[in-house]
Amino acid sequence: MGKIVLKSVRKAFGEVAVIPKIDLTIDNGDFVVFVGPSGCGKSTLLRLIAGLEDTTSGTIEIDGMDATDLPPAKRGLAMVFQSYALYPHMSVRKNIAFPLKMAGMDPAQAAQKVDAAAKVLNLGAYLDRRPGQLSGGQRQRVAIGRAIVREPKAFLFDEPLSNLDAALRVSMRQEITELHHTLKTTMIYVTHDQVEAMTMADKIVVLNAGNIEQVGSPLELYNHPANTFVAGFIGSPKMNLIEGAEATKLGATTIGVRPEHLNVVSAGGWAGVVVLSEHLGSDTYLKVETDVVGTITVRAGGEVTFKHGDTVQLAPQAGKVHRFGADGRVFP
Amino acid sequence: MARKQSTRRTLGISLLAWVIGLILFFPIFWTAVAAFKSESDAYTLPQNFLTTPWTLENFGIVQERSDYVRYVFNTSVIVILSTLFGLLLAIPAAWSMAFAPSPVSSSKISGWAWLGIIFGCAALCFGVLYAYDWKPNNAALGIVLLLIFVLPASLWAWSRNTKDTLLWMLSTKMMPPAGALIPIYLIFNRNGLVFKDWGWANWSDYNIMDSFWGMVPLMTMLNLPILIWMLFTYFKEIPVGILEAARMDGASLWNELAHVLTPMALPGIASTCLLNLILSWNEAFWTLNLTNKFAAPLSFFISEYSSPEGQFWAKLSAASIMAIAPILIIGWFSQKQLVRGLTFGAVK
Repeated sequence: MGKIVLKSVRKAFGEVAVIPKIDLTIDNGDFVVFVGPSGCGKSTLLRLIAGLEDTTSGTIEIDGMDATDLPPAKRGLAMVFQSYALYPHMSVRKNIAFPLKMAGMDPAQAAQKVDAAAKVLNLGAYLDRRPGQLSGGQRQRVAIGRAIVREPKAFLFDEPLSNLDAALRVSMRQEITELHHTLKTTMIYVTHDQVEAMTMADKIVVLNAGNIEQVGSPLELYNHPANTFVAGFIGSPKMNLIEGAEATKLGATTIGVRPEHLNVVSAGGWAGVVVLSEHLGSDTYLKVETDVVGTITVRAGGEVTFKHGDTVQLAPQAGKVHRFGADGRVFP
Repeated sequence: MARKQSTRRTLGISLLAWVIGLILFFPIFWTAVAAFKSESDAYTLPQNFLTTPWTLENFGIVQERSDYVRYVFNTSVIVILSTLFGLLLAIPAAWSMAFAPSPVSSSKISGWAWLGIIFGCAALCFGVLYAYDWKPNNAALGIVLLLIFVLPASLWAWSRNTKDTLLWMLSTKMMPPAGALIPIYLIFNRNGLVFKDWGWANWSDYNIMDSFWGMVPLMTMLNLPILIWMLFTYFKEIPVGILEAARMDGASLWNELAHVLTPMALPGIASTCLLNLILSWNEAFWTLNLTNKFAAPLSFFISEYSSPEGQFWAKLSAASIMAIAPILIIGWFSQKQLVRGLTFGAVK
């Protein structure tokens, strides 16, 4: 149940190939996150799986069955949209019951299921309201409720949290993760927010210009980025990518050091001047202008007191330097 | 900060609005009053409506001389049927344009190529025909024109992107109707002509002049562009994501239309319907030219009292009041819906 296999999937709009060719296997019960900058084709890929867009070529298998030409209704998937896409003329109860009604379920049984879903999502008190009378977070819960009642083979989430404010986003993030632990159903989640990707995913698929750059667990991507794109995309603040003499010294075209893997030392490091110092309480982010490696970001402890204009020496921690070749790929 | 307006300013604007409103309302007011005066009082200048006696005789005479109920019936048939048929055509058209628009790319070039081929072929055909000294009769010419112009032209329109099609529809409303009067008059009056010349069947006695068979399709076609435009704007307001959600929820096309789209677009469909009712109720140009008895609607009823023998102002007014009363009442009760319909899209 819920295994999705993409084979040589290609999608082109006219002359423009949004997705040149993708092969991907999503195992049953996985929480997979598609992440990438805007316009990288991640939403298109999700819509191809959903059936809302037709593939130009290639096949999509769901549960071992070819679903390439099946309409969305026949694929047994549920989707949660960024815009929530609730039916404005129906009450919350009717919204959640809609897929059951479409499936021809007995109304009494459907009502039971709706109540159960409402209980899980804390929507019990709102069942008779219209979507227009709900807050953003509540609407998103209704959208999720509508998706879970029909017990789909897989859930598809298209940037579901991007319309919510920061605090709500964190709590909804946790709710969705818990939901995955409870239901153990395959979930595919699209986001441009790498924090969401890191915190929620079993497996992250990093996409760039319609191509898969790397697939792996969050920590695999963090510790062993396959190329400079993944290295720069995963991690916050971004990894420092350094070219030139220092890289050549290590036999690479580019070297990468994460801000948290740089130590402030008394002597012998890369000397530079602090141009910006951001105190977050727990951490301090320093932007240092060096002569040897250009401007780099350092993550130092919260107690560090460097100010604008101070001179510091920086050294990367042993074994924490990533080396990349001329093609941007990592050296093994 | 909200703009503050002085009392004097508010007063001035209100006064101006009232003056303009009264000026605009005056003709209707005059008509309404004249309808209740005797013919000589209505005609006498300077008019003194305040002191002359009120009377209902005009309504009596009008009803006696022409069968008001018959005209209301005729109007209702034309208006209701044309609105129904119009909606039947416009809803699917607007629907497909709003939710499955043709892409802009490639069709543009192929569309122009199509048009080039059509005109090229037409020129060639006529060239060949005249070279062989062939004198086409009306029937043959009509069929040839239909085949080489209308058919490919409709295919061409079909291949165009949605925006072009919409503009083309609107452009049909830009032409003065008088320009199309003669061909349409001929079609109405002498539709048998084509078949008569061919000798297949003699249908020349059956013309559609002054019949519902002619007036209903004509009125449907007349208002169709406006209908499609209005519905299109309404449907455009419905986020496509909601339809996609319905598709994901397992809804078939029919369920998507019946349970999601139609309930959401119902206010729009209702006000479009209403606007169409009013437009076709008040239509006068075509009805005056193409009817005179059997299918004559209320506009013809009014015009009966403006004759070469003289102006019967009081009776004309009475007839006008009787003609506009039903639609005025309908409009009054649905004005909220109507205003919403007319300003939809402009104000959210």
